[in-house]
Amino acid sequence: MRDLTTPPRSRLERVLRSGRFAVTAELDAPDSADPNDVYQNALVLAEVCDAINATDGAGANCHMSSMGCCALLTRAGYEAVLQMGCRDRNRIAIQGDLLGAAAMGVRNVLCLTGDDVSAGDQPEAKRVFDLDSIQLLQVARMMRDRGVLLSGRKLRTPPQFFLGAVENPFAPPFDWRPLRLEKKVKAGAEFIQTQYCFDVPRLQQFMRRVRDLGLHERVYILVGVGPIRSYKAAEFMRDRVPGVWIPDAVMQRMAKTPKLQQAEEGKRICIEIIQQVREIEGVAGIHVMAYRQEEAVAEVIQRAGLLPRRPRSHGDRINQVIQTTRTDSVRCVLSS
Amino acid sequence: MVTHMKEARRMPGAEWLKNHPRWLERAYLFSKRIIMKAYPVMKRIHPRFANWLMVRSEEVLKGWVFNCQMCGQCILHSTGMTCPMNCPKNLRNGPCGGVRPNGHCEVIPEMPCVWVQAWERSRTMLIFADDIKVIQPPVNRTLQNESAWVTMIEGRDVQTPKGWGWDA
Repeated sequence: MRDLTTPPRSRLERVLRSGRFAVTAELDAPDSADPNDVYQNALVLAEVCDAINATDGAGANCHMSSMGCCALLTRAGYEAVLQMGCRDRNRIAIQGDLLGAAAMGVRNVLCLTGDDVSAGDQPEAKRVFDLDSIQLLQVARMMRDRGVLLSGRKLRTPPQFFLGAVENPFAPPFDWRPLRLEKKVKAGAEFIQTQYCFDVPRLQQFMRRVRDLGLHERVYILVGVGPIRSYKAAEFMRDRVPGVWIPDAVMQRMAKTPKLQQAEEGKRICIEIIQQVREIEGVAGIHVMAYRQEEAVAEVIQRAGLLPRRPRSHGDRINQVIQTTRTDSVRCVLSS
Repeated sequence: MVTHMKEARRMPGAEWLKNHPRWLERAYLFSKRIIMKAYPVMKRIHPRFANWLMVRSEEVLKGWVFNCQMCGQCILHSTGMTCPMNCPKNLRNGPCGGVRPNGHCEVIPEMPCVWVQAWERSRTMLIFADDIKVIQPPVNRTLQNESAWVTMIEGRDVQTPKGWGWDA
């Protein structure tokens, strides 16, 4: 059972506890050193979601770090979810980064293993994988609850995290996935964001098992969705992005659509999936992912009838920050 | 097997053994009993030779059957007699989300996912079937290339970092 006696650690947790259907969205980390590139993407997403995920080298491709994005987002008052992968860091770096993130005001951490280096743009890199995602969850939970590092050394101020994990109900071994979710919950996961869902029957099967285990009452499950831009993009995702499963029915639907209307069809499929997912007992929200299509994400959420949202605490602060970052970001924000 | 990665190496006969893990379970319990008694005696006679013998025999035997990577903290009986260090991501607690629809590895497409095999094999085990649900602590990388039997007898393989504190 969830412990509801403690105050919520983040705004995302508050939304989930209130029982509202939550929406999170994924921010594409830019290939740029300009903070405005982050803010431009965030501005679109912020209006339509409760929290913004900053990816950690998505698909093992090099982009601005999750830490960097989260620093910018929290500075502007956005609710950020730090994605922390095990591919690039050993346990020393991970714990250090968690402390740094907490100090910057990050309250949500998503613990994941990460795509292998071979999937990305620099396959010749060394893979680290010192911890796995479940060990990472446990380490983060112990830092929070017992106030110690893995070595046992005490922290003066422990980080306050709302801990998340990922799950992929669409990859084998299917009958183990719910039990693995249970393992993650035991290790400390409080919310779950799943891989892209294009196969609702399989998700229903997974959720049935999750309900049998009583996990839907111990963890908030946000189902991953996203609009497909075109048939070619769907083919790419199915064949090249690890862990994405697109059933033939969806592929055929995209293939039958004329090229110019494929983007629209992709959005329509996404909205239909959102509506079906909402009906499943135990689903607490959705997590919208779409590479380089923030506008489409906003449109999908709006058309699915999930607005309005309030992702920021202080109203116009973001505009002020965006203007000031052009000149001298750190000094202006600190003095404001 | 066409790959450069040592994880995909498979020896003749080894797959059959691993697909019948009940034999391996018994072999594990049997050899545990013998080694627990024999190793302290051997150590008293010649400590360096005893250790060398353990390491070499593990390299050869477990290397042949399990493609052992000599992590020095063996959990084979709780992972369906399938070595988790053969997973290119070194996962100790279950599969990643990248398992292909045909049940093969994300990193080495021609290799079946270690954890898909581990799950299927663990289902046919009699004694340690449910040990696969136990949360495994982080790997102690200082035990690399040591004998897992020796670290087990000395109790070093189950020592976890102080901050790990499982449900303490």
